[in-house]
Amino acid sequence: MRVKNKIKETGTAEAVSSIYKRMLTIRRFEERVKQLYRGGEIYGAIHLYIGQEAIAVGVCDALEDSDFVFSTHRGHGHYLAKTGDVSGAMAELMGRATGCSKGHGGSMHMFDPLKGFMGGNGIVGGGIPLALGAAFAAKYKGTNAVSVSFFGEGASNQGTFHESLNLAALKKLPLIAVCENNRYAATTPVKASTADEDMAKRAAGYNVQALTVDGNDVEDVSQAIHKALSHVRAGKGPFLLDCKTYRVEPHCGIIADTRPDEELAIWRTPEKDPLNRLQSQHPDLLTDKQVAHLELEVNRELDQAVDFARQSPYPRVEQFTEEFIR
Amino acid sequence: MKSMTYIEAMNEALAEEMERDPSVFIIGEDVDVDGGVWKETQGLAERFGLERVIGTPISESAFTGLAAGAAMCGLRPVLEFMYMDFVDVAMDQLCNQIAKLPLMSGGKVKMPITIRMCGTGTGTREAAQHSQSLEAWFAHIPGFKVVMPATAKDAKGLLKSAIRDDSPVVFIENRNIYYKKELVPEGEFTVPIGEAEVVQAGSDVTVVTVGYSRSKVIAAIEKIGDACSVELIDAKTVDPLDMKTFLDSLAKTGRILIVQEAHTECGIGSEIVRRVVAEGFDLLDCPPVVIGSKNCPTPFSPVLEDAVIPSINEIMGKIMLLKQYKI
Repeated sequence: MRVKNKIKETGTAEAVSSIYKRMLTIRRFEERVKQLYRGGEIYGAIHLYIGQEAIAVGVCDALEDSDFVFSTHRGHGHYLAKTGDVSGAMAELMGRATGCSKGHGGSMHMFDPLKGFMGGNGIVGGGIPLALGAAFAAKYKGTNAVSVSFFGEGASNQGTFHESLNLAALKKLPLIAVCENNRYAATTPVKASTADEDMAKRAAGYNVQALTVDGNDVEDVSQAIHKALSHVRAGKGPFLLDCKTYRVEPHCGIIADTRPDEELAIWRTPEKDPLNRLQSQHPDLLTDKQVAHLELEVNRELDQAVDFARQSPYPRVEQFTEEFIR
Repeated sequence: MKSMTYIEAMNEALAEEMERDPSVFIIGEDVDVDGGVWKETQGLAERFGLERVIGTPISESAFTGLAAGAAMCGLRPVLEFMYMDFVDVAMDQLCNQIAKLPLMSGGKVKMPITIRMCGTGTGTREAAQHSQSLEAWFAHIPGFKVVMPATAKDAKGLLKSAIRDDSPVVFIENRNIYYKKELVPEGEFTVPIGEAEVVQAGSDVTVVTVGYSRSKVIAAIEKIGDACSVELIDAKTVDPLDMKTFLDSLAKTGRILIVQEAHTECGIGSEIVRRVVAEGFDLLDCPPVVIGSKNCPTPFSPVLEDAVIPSINEIMGKIMLLKQYKI
């Protein structure tokens, strides 16, 4: 069902529309989540991915099921981009037994190892060493798989980032570190958290090659990940992508946003929005009519996912007790 | 039986398991060409190659996470901390990642990791950052099993069981007995996780030992001689606790002492007492007693260190106190 794209190389209507649809799915999914959260059907910690869709979709489009992705607390977009499993994600958010983690994990802990999705993470920077481990396992087993670690600029100030980059370079492991610099670590702006936000410089300190990417342009992301993949799959060691983007939503849930209106306005313009951006790059391949059609399709799929989740049973306490309580 | 040290017994266990299962690999500081600072992995890199015996930089968080990620992908890492104290810098990877991912994934990922805490112990004047027994931390976090072998035989048998277990097992060693020759069975054997051992039968007082304290209690029992009939039980596994063995013994003696090297407060001894009270209150003839290190970081000077860690005299005193307790 999922179309492998390499959109820059093919540039076909089918490829562009498929990429657009996957970004749109994430956008509308997150909007539904916000709505359901307000309505009390989804609870807990919810970190929305709106505005960053081009990174998840651009990166995951280039990967195989056998490649690994390690996500973050803001991971719905990564999960959908890697697995396409809208129903499993929605059911997980509603705490149902049919959720992708059987209702045991929730928003920050979606898993689908069979499709290479190795989990979100509630600890900032906590997933980077795990991704290093999957890269190690790929090399150990002699497979051609790569391991992708998504993290934010906030996590780049954790020791795990530096330790993992050093180790990956030392052992020449197939790790692709994808920094999503969305300019905020919770409420702390990048200027207040990061002495130099140029991640390529940090990578250079560990002999790791890097590219700086416009994270709101899926074609730019796509080109970069393909370069990273040829480097890493050739056994040349890790690679870092420094994707510049912006977290359009507040840090968590539906808390009030204290960021300046002028700043928010800039990132909400069509020029910045990854969806509009892709359409404007391919007006002939992606007409308004086609976009409207995709909207309908996505909304129908999301309706089905919400229905599926609502009708799904909650996990059984007896079964949980049997399996997990010692 | 053959004579070998605790270190040699573990080395043999590693070699046998690596031979048996190609998914087993070793990772830690200095474990490769030099065979580790304790010589615990000597010869393994030569035998199994540097692909399976991975020396690392001093980056405990990263290499712990590496082991975890590799385990999620089907490998069976044996992860090594040079001293148990060094685990503190990797606690997120251990407690938030390794212990929790199997549950958070709804059982979709497994964490078959053996986490070796090398060089644990007191009494060798290594000061406060090289003297901690932190078993209670890991027993407190759901998701781990915790074992503390006190003999060469158990070191080998429990290490093999730990490596084969699909759960993360915290394997706590003791440096005071690393190089002492003991008798170990020849050929293939394992020691089951979760089973205590009645080392010596007795009828007056039950003494449960945690890890290395077994040696001190044996010395105390020898000094006491016929004055008290002690039933000595080596807990071996501190999570899950083998309560049945403890309670069966308590049914005979009515008196119980627990001895640990760790600080007494909130330790495994406290947990054993809690469960003894909850599950065997009627068996008790007197209050249970716990001996552990005093409530301060371990000081360096021999005079001070000896004053804060459990001593043979203190153990003898408490055993006799329990025996003489009037109902």
